Amino acid sequence: MNDYLDVKGRIFDIQRYSIHDGTGIRTIVFLKGCVLRCRWCCNPESQEYAVQTMMVNGKPKVIGRDVTVREVMETVRKDMPYYGRSGGGLTLSGGESLLQPEFASALLRAAKSLGISTAMESMGCAGYDVIEKILPYLDTYLMDIKHMDPGKHKEFTGRENTLMKENAKRIADSRMTELIVRVPVIPGFNDTEKEILEIAVYADSLPGVTQIHLLPYHNYGQGKYEGLNRPYLMGSAASPSAEKMEGFRKAVENHTALACQIGG
Amino acid sequence: MNRYDVRSIGKTERITRLVSHLFAKMPEIEAARAELITESYKETEGQCMMMRRALAFAHILENIPIIIRPDELVVGSSTIAPRGCQTYPEFSYEWLEAEFDTVEHRAADPFYISEETKKRLKAADRYWKGKTTSELATSYMAPETLRAMEHNFFTPGNYFYNGVGHITVQYDKVLRIGFSGIIKEAQEELARCNFGDEDYGTKSIFLQAVIISCQAVIGYARRYASLAEQMSAKETDGRRKQELAVIAEICSRVPENGAEGFQEACQAFWFVQQLLQLESSGHSISPGRFDQYMYPYYEKDINSGKLTKEYAQELLDCIWVKLNDLNKCRDAVSAEGFAGYSLFQNLIVGGQTIDGRDATNDLSFMCINASKHVFLPQPSLSIRVWNGSSQELLLHAADLTRTGIGLPAYYNDEIIIPALINRGLSLDDARDYNIIGCVEPQKAGKTEGWHDAAFFNMCRPLEMVFSNGYDQGVPASIHTGDVESFCTFDEFYNAYKKQMEYNISLLVNADNAIDLAHMTLCPLPFESCMVDDCIKRGKSVQEGGAVYNFTGPQGFGIANIADSLYAVKKLVYEEKKVTAGELKKALEMNFGQGFDAVTAKEIALQVGKQLEARGEEVTPDIIAMTVHSVLTMKLPESEKARYEEIRDMIEELPKFGNDIDDVDTLARDAAYTYTRPLEKYRNPRGGMYQAGLYPVSANVPLGAQTGATPDGRLAHTPVADGVSPSSGKDVNGPTAACNSVARLDHGIASNGTLFNMKMHPTAMAGQKGLESFVSLIRGYFDQKGMHMQFNVVDKATLLEAQKHPEKYSGLVVRVAGYSALFTTLSKSLQDDIIRRTEQAVNR
Repeated sequence: MNDYLDVKGRIFDIQRYSIHDGTGIRTIVFLKGCVLRCRWCCNPESQEYAVQTMMVNGKPKVIGRDVTVREVMETVRKDMPYYGRSGGGLTLSGGESLLQPEFASALLRAAKSLGISTAMESMGCAGYDVIEKILPYLDTYLMDIKHMDPGKHKEFTGRENTLMKENAKRIADSRMTELIVRVPVIPGFNDTEKEILEIAVYADSLPGVTQIHLLPYHNYGQGKYEGLNRPYLMGSAASPSAEKMEGFRKAVENHTALACQIGG
Repeated sequence: MNRYDVRSIGKTERITRLVSHLFAKMPEIEAARAELITESYKETEGQCMMMRRALAFAHILENIPIIIRPDELVVGSSTIAPRGCQTYPEFSYEWLEAEFDTVEHRAADPFYISEETKKRLKAADRYWKGKTTSELATSYMAPETLRAMEHNFFTPGNYFYNGVGHITVQYDKVLRIGFSGIIKEAQEELARCNFGDEDYGTKSIFLQAVIISCQAVIGYARRYASLAEQMSAKETDGRRKQELAVIAEICSRVPENGAEGFQEACQAFWFVQQLLQLESSGHSISPGRFDQYMYPYYEKDINSGKLTKEYAQELLDCIWVKLNDLNKCRDAVSAEGFAGYSLFQNLIVGGQTIDGRDATNDLSFMCINASKHVFLPQPSLSIRVWNGSSQELLLHAADLTRTGIGLPAYYNDEIIIPALINRGLSLDDARDYNIIGCVEPQKAGKTEGWHDAAFFNMCRPLEMVFSNGYDQGVPASIHTGDVESFCTFDEFYNAYKKQMEYNISLLVNADNAIDLAHMTLCPLPFESCMVDDCIKRGKSVQEGGAVYNFTGPQGFGIANIADSLYAVKKLVYEEKKVTAGELKKALEMNFGQGFDAVTAKEIALQVGKQLEARGEEVTPDIIAMTVHSVLTMKLPESEKARYEEIRDMIEELPKFGNDIDDVDTLARDAAYTYTRPLEKYRNPRGGMYQAGLYPVSANVPLGAQTGATPDGRLAHTPVADGVSPSSGKDVNGPTAACNSVARLDHGIASNGTLFNMKMHPTAMAGQKGLESFVSLIRGYFDQKGMHMQFNVVDKATLLEAQKHPEKYSGLVVRVAGYSALFTTLSKSLQDDIIRRTEQAVNR
C-alpha cells in the first residue's frame, strides 16, 4: 500500500541544519544527475547520474548511493522538532530532481504525509507532465532562472532556456505551489543590472510570484573540480561585492513589485 | 510603558571606567578576614558553635576595612584590592600555606600575595590546626572512601575544603521588609519558645545568632553610609559629590529597612550578595530570578517618573561589575576544576510566574543588555525557556550568545519543572525555580541543595572492570571477576554496574561526612535567616532548616561510557573481532601510542603513592627511574600494530552524538548506572540524593588521571564534558547532536545536565542565523533536553589567543556551566575548548 516508500533513487548527500535554502531549518537531500552543465556549478559531483569517485582531503570518496524513500525519510524525520519550530522542512536539491521524477515525487509525498513542509530547488528542465506529478506534494518551488537570452544560456549551461521559461509560466499558472525565482549572479554571465532586471521583470510577470532571490557566485566548489580531475572554468573570478549585490537588489525592487533578498 | 523598549539602551562611560579599574591589576589575597575570625574564635572558646559563628561574623563586619571605589554607584567591597579575595581558615588553610610561593605563578587562576600577608595568614592559621571542617570530615569517612578518593574515582573537593555556598536566598524578603523585619520575625519566634521545649537550647541560640548577624549587616551598611558621607564632604567634583551623598542616604536606610525605590533595591541586593560570601567561602551563591524580584521597584519608580530606563540600566551595569569584584582563591587542583576565577553567581531571567504565565519584563531584557555592556564572565547569566516564552526575549538572548561571550545559558522549563515536582516540590515552587551555579535547578529561599557535591568520574569504574578492582597493581575497588571470564556483554555490563554502585556508595559516604562537618562546625546564621523554614524551625540551613534538602553530586563521562560500552558490545561480544583480554592489554598499553612526559610523571607518582601505601620508601630516584622506563617502553612491532588496529576498529564504530538510535539508547541506559543508584541515598539533613550530569571543568584534570578507555580515548586525555558528545565525534551537525543528547533521561538528572555546543560565528550570522539558532534550542527543548550553552568563536581565533594572550585579554568563552576569560585558563583546558566540535552551517 505504501509502495511509494520503496521507490529507489540516487542521492549523493543529505545535509541537516541547512538554513540558507528555503524557510527555517531544513534538511536537504541532494539527488544525483543534472541536465545542465553550468560553468559555475558548485556541486560538480551532482552532474553525472553515474556513481563516481572524488578525491576529498586526499582520500577517494564514493559519490552517489541508491536508497529508498523510506531510508531517506528515516533521516529527514529526525529533525521534525526543528522544522516545527522554524517553519523548515525538506528541500530537494541536486542535480536536477526532475531527472528522477518518481523518486522526487515519492520523497515529497512521504514528507507531506508526516506534516513536513517541502521545497525543491530546480531549473524546471523537464516536460511539464513530469512536473505536474510533483506539484501536489510541493509547497515551495525554488526555480532557478539564470538568464533570459537563450543563446547565452546555452553557451554557459549547455542548454537553451525556452522550456524552462515555459515551465515557469505553467507552474505559476497552476497556483499549486509557491514559486520563488532564484538567480545565481555569475561574473561575466549575468552580473549586469540589465540582465538581472530582465529576469526580474519576467519573474514579476508570473502570477503569484512575489519573491526573487539573488545568489552571489562563490568558488567553494573549486576543490571538488580538482577532486574530480576536471578543469575549473571560472578561473579566479571573484564573488560579486556586497555593494554590487545591494545595487541589484535595489534595482529589482525599484523596477518590480517583487521582494528581493540576497542569499537563500 | 512600551513593551520592551529597552533593548537598545547603551552603556555609559562610567561602566567602561569601572571595568578597567577592576582589571588594572592581578587579583590579590588579603588577610583581614582570617585575622578577625581568628581573634573572635579565640575570645569565644567554650561557647556553642552557632553563637561563635554569629559573633565572628559580627566581629568581621565591624572591623574589616571598607572602600568605595571610584565611580561606584552600588557600594560594598570585601577586599581593598579590586577582585581581591579573603581567606576562610575555618574550612581549610593548609593548601594555601603549601602554595604560598606558587599561587602567584600557577597556570589556573593565579593570585598575588605579599610577604606581609603570608606572615599575617601564617600567624592566624596556627590557631586552626585540628579545628577545620575538612579535618572533621575526614575523621567521619570510611577507610574505603579515603582509598577511593586516593584513586581518583571521585573528588568532593568543593565542600571538603570550602564553604558550601550554592544557594539562592530570599532577596525579595530583604527588599520587602529589610533586616529589621527579619530581626522582628526572629524576636517573635523567640517569644514563642517555651522553656520546656525539647529544642529550646538550640532554637533560642539560633534565633539570637540570627539577630546578631542581621544587626551586624545593618551596622556594616552604616559604616558605608558614613564613609560615603565623609567622601562626599571632601569631593570637589559636584556631580560625584551628589552621587556620594545619595549613596550615604541609601546605605543608612537599606538593607535595614525595606527598599523604597529601585536604587535602594539595587544596594540592598548587593549587600546581601556580597555579605553571604563574606560569611562563608562557598561559591555559586546565585542571585536567581533577579528580573522578577527587582521588577516591582523598577516599575514603581518608572511609573512615578523618579527613574529613567537609562539610569536603571546604569545601576544594573554597576551591579554586574560588582559581581566580578568578588573573588575566591582555591587550591591548585580545584582551581583547575573551576578555572577562570569563577564564582558561578547564576542570575536567571524569563520563564514563568508561579501561576504559569510568561514572566518576561523590561528587566529581563536589561539584564541581557548589562552582560553585553560589561562583557565579563559574572554573573553567570541564564535564561528560562518554555513553550510560551517571548520570542523577542529569546532573540535578544541569542544576539548576546553570538557575541561569543558564552552567555546566556538556556534552560528548559518543560523538563525542569516536572523533574522538580518529582523530587517533592510543589507546583508553585517548581514554577519559580532558578539555577544555582552551573546548571542546578532549585526553589530559591527554601532549598539547601548541596548541588555540585562531588565530581564522579564514570570512566574509573570501567577501568576497574578490566582490572578486576586493581589500580596499578593495588586493590582500589571491589573485585567483579576476571574480565576474560565474562561470556556475554550482559555479564560485562553487570560488572560495570557493580563497580558503579560500590563507588557511588563511597561517594555518598564522603558527602555525608562532609555534610556532618559543616553542620557541626560551620552553621551559617546569616544565610539561614533568608531561607525558609529556618527561623520557624530554629535550625540553620546546615542542620536541616530548609524546606527542601538535597545532595547533588555530578557524574561525567557519559559519552565515553556510551561509546566504550558500545565498542565492547560490538567488537568483543557480537562480532568477536577482539577478545576481552586483548582489549584489556590495548588499554593498558594506551593502544600502543606510548605515554608523553607529563603522563609518565603522573604514572610514576601513582606508583610512588602505592609503594608508600605499602610502607616502602620512595626516593626521587625511584620516581625518575619509573618515568624513564615508562617513556622508553618499547612494544614489539606486531603487538603495537594490533593495538592500533583495535583502535581503528573502534574509530569506525558509530558514536554517541550522531543521532544513531543504537548508541544513544545505550547512552541513556549507561547514564542510569549513575543516576538511579544515587536516588536511594539520604543525607544527614533529611533530604535525598539526586544526580547531576555535568563536569564544571573537571573533565580535563580528572581525565588526566584516567587511563585509555574502550571508546578509543587515549590515556590521560580529557573525558567528555557534561552530556555532550566526545569532542570531534559528532559529525552530523547540530540537530543530530541535540537529538542524541535529548535521548538521555534528563528528568532523572534533576541536579542538572550540561550540554556544550560550539557554533561557528557564520552559523549565527544575520537574522536568519539568529532565528534558526533559537529554533534549534526550542527543537532540542521540545524533546526534553534540559540545558544548552554555546561558544560562538572560531577555532582560528582561539588558537590565535593562545599564541598572543596579550591581544585577547577580553575574550570570554564558555567553559562549563559558566564563562571565563579564555587567557586565564590553563593550557590543557584551553585545548579542550578548542577541540570541542564546531557546528558549522551547511550550504
